[in-house]
Amino acid sequence: MNLLGETLRIGLLRGSLELKQFMRQRESVVFTLLFPVILLFIFGTVFRDTIAPGVTFSQYFVAGMIASGLVNTGFQQLAITIPMERDAGTLKRLRGTPMSISSYFIGKSILVTILMILQTALLLFFGSVMFDLNLPSDPSLWLNFTWLVILGSACSTVLGIAFSVVPKSGRGASAVVSPIVIILQFFSGVFFVFTSLPIWMQQFAAIFPLKWLTQGMRSVFLPEDFATQEVAGNWELGKTALVLVLWLIIGLFISIRTFKWSRE
Amino acid sequence: MNTAPAIEVRGLVKKYSNKTAVAGIDLTVEQGEIFALLGPNGAGKTTTVEILEGYRKANSGEIKVLGFDPATKGIAGQKWRNRIGIVLQSASDAADLSVIETVSHFANYYQNPKDVDQVINDVGLTEKIDSKVHQLSGGQRRRLDVALGIIGSPELLFLDEPTTGFDPEARRSFWDLIRTLKSEGTTILLTTHYLDEAQELADRVGVINNGQLIEIAPPSTLGGRNNAPAKVMWVENGVSKELLTSNPTEEVIKLNQHFNGQIPELQVLRPNLEEIYLKMIGEVK
Repeated sequence: MNLLGETLRIGLLRGSLELKQFMRQRESVVFTLLFPVILLFIFGTVFRDTIAPGVTFSQYFVAGMIASGLVNTGFQQLAITIPMERDAGTLKRLRGTPMSISSYFIGKSILVTILMILQTALLLFFGSVMFDLNLPSDPSLWLNFTWLVILGSACSTVLGIAFSVVPKSGRGASAVVSPIVIILQFFSGVFFVFTSLPIWMQQFAAIFPLKWLTQGMRSVFLPEDFATQEVAGNWELGKTALVLVLWLIIGLFISIRTFKWSRE
Repeated sequence: MNTAPAIEVRGLVKKYSNKTAVAGIDLTVEQGEIFALLGPNGAGKTTTVEILEGYRKANSGEIKVLGFDPATKGIAGQKWRNRIGIVLQSASDAADLSVIETVSHFANYYQNPKDVDQVINDVGLTEKIDSKVHQLSGGQRRRLDVALGIIGSPELLFLDEPTTGFDPEARRSFWDLIRTLKSEGTTILLTTHYLDEAQELADRVGVINNGQLIEIAPPSTLGGRNNAPAKVMWVENGVSKELLTSNPTEEVIKLNQHFNGQIPELQVLRPNLEEIYLKMIGEVK
């Protein structure tokens, strides 16, 4: 038996099963996919001020929401649903089968990837139709967009799995995870222009991936000369990649070392 | 055919921070046997079984399940899991999938799965095959758990309190299923709270209390049950009478002569398994 092939095959099967289950839970579909779109409508409609020549806050906000979307569908979703699966006995049951842990993670990654693609597409669509988000025509910007999404979502996924050991129970998971994500959004330049935040907040946010992801998304969707308005006066894409890769490694390490199959 | 025991345990000890859950258990379960583990809550039953299933690590002891140490990790552990089936005490997962979706999916995990429709039929869920798991009753859900435990054609099946929440009819048909599995050569380790279940199914019963196996015997001789005094009851002149005797046959013959024929409302009672069991776990306190 080809073990790698088998792990991959089961992983794909798990992915389709995860997706099927997710789509059948209407409330989670609405919460995960539509909530960011709703936020986009609210903020985009209320804050129409111009923050720099040719740049409105709603454009700034859309870029931030695309970055946040990766955190919502990866980190938030997994850090909440994995503890619930742990409480329900799903994980313990799986642990007792020949299925390998890698197949489980592959399945989760497939679910998260598809959700991210859907969500990003929704945000791009509404952002460009309703809030003047400029979809770039330069292919190199789309290339940047692609690696930002891939690296950002990988990072978000492994950190979600890593964080899943923190909530004590499935019922309490949402209360532990959601505030962290919201605070991080406030600190990372999603709801406010990052440079208008107090310095300590900026420095705190710079430890975590979301700040770098939002900045990266702005490099794709805002005019090139807006870079001068950023903290460093440029987009810092190299540094962004470095921070994301570091968090990816940390997340992977913690996930593998601490993952818990049952509650005790 | 390999005739090594399915389960071999010597000196199993498991301690949690301040208390010893399992205090040195020796246990051998032969291939093809149904072995029932009985014991009050907190006696160390679940801990023992979960060590055998590979969920927990023992502090010390020699443990071989199908020839393997259940704590084996990685690929060898995966291969070993292909040969066992586990029905856990409680699971409430996969509520948004249908019965057939769930069982078919689990069949993919195993190298040699049984026929999905056949298994669903065997556990009596054919009528519910397209129902979502959350629409099932407690007993039906338990039967789905069993289906997931046996889908991989296990050589050894662990059943942790499998019939909790079953109505009497469902329990009967479940027992038939277990007997069928046994006739196919499956070894079964069962924990249960129901003494009648152990009596119906088990070849041997092990009673565990305070982390120790206090006796292993067939249900009919457990606790010296076969030699224990029997109670002979009858009615004489409208008054109930009873006596305890180690030789009930002799007493009945005497009564037969005394009444010169029919003994009114005659009953001969051996202590049932439950009485024996309660006495056993009471003694060790």
